[in-house]
Amino acid sequence: MDWMKIGSALFIVAMLVFLVPRIKPMLENSPKGTNNDWLLVGVLLAGVAGFIWLLMKMV
Amino acid sequence: MPNGQVVQNASQGSILATNKLIKNTYLLLSMTLFFSAAMAALASFLNVPFGAGLICSIAGMVMIWFVLPKVADSAAGVGVVFLVTGLFGFGLGPVINHYLAYANGASIVGTAMAGTGIIFVTLSAYALITRKNFSFMGGFLIVGLVAILVAALANIFLQMPALSMAISAIVILLMSGFILYDTSRMVNEPHSANYIVMTISLYLSILNIFTSLLHLLGMGGDD
Repeated sequence: MDWMKIGSALFIVAMLVFLVPRIKPMLENSPKGTNNDWLLVGVLLAGVAGFIWLLMKMV
Repeated sequence: MPNGQVVQNASQGSILATNKLIKNTYLLLSMTLFFSAAMAALASFLNVPFGAGLICSIAGMVMIWFVLPKVADSAAGVGVVFLVTGLFGFGLGPVINHYLAYANGASIVGTAMAGTGIIFVTLSAYALITRKNFSFMGGFLIVGLVAILVAALANIFLQMPALSMAISAIVILLMSGFILYDTSRMVNEPHSANYIVMTISLYLSILNIFTSLLHLLGMGGDD
């Protein structure tokens, strides 16, 4: 295993160490979305996914 | 002063704060994107190795974690934003060189740039125009980010191309969610948002979409 893989892995572990303690407060402080809110997010992200698929077909 | 006038003044103050935050954020974001692109071009021209690029990215992330929170409310924060985005841009140089070496490399890099721009402008415009509050996505986004980091960590050792593609696709969707979340935060909670922090947050979303799109287009076009 080369040092690039070890460096990348340590970088990701450091990000996880930084992010994991923030999960609980973020979950507690986020307001609850309605079904319509999530449906809208789903439609927007589906649009992004469709656009990426189109780009992949173009290249 | 009548109550109605107090409410009206408070409302006008909130609109002014929102407009100022949005203007400052997009101005700083556009400047840092140009600076970052210039640094990426410099690293590409100098043929900087991948290792140096990784070190620059790690240094940028360390600055975000430990330096930026201390200077985010001062003028020094703007300098730190340029330093961070410059480091990330410089770190991007070897990645761009890697894809430019493909037969259709220029097309891959150009399409990834255009695609990133279209995704960012469309989602930001949607959140700005509709003024829809996407703050409910906060918990979902951070859990998604942690899950994708765990998957990326596993794939460093597993080296599965299909998992690698799936990670890139999910990162694009997650970062799209972060663009909606951050933009709506500027519109709906201007007093709790800082333009320096918002700039870095939007910059990281754009950078991650660009690199993931490069990866997907590179894998898709790689025979």
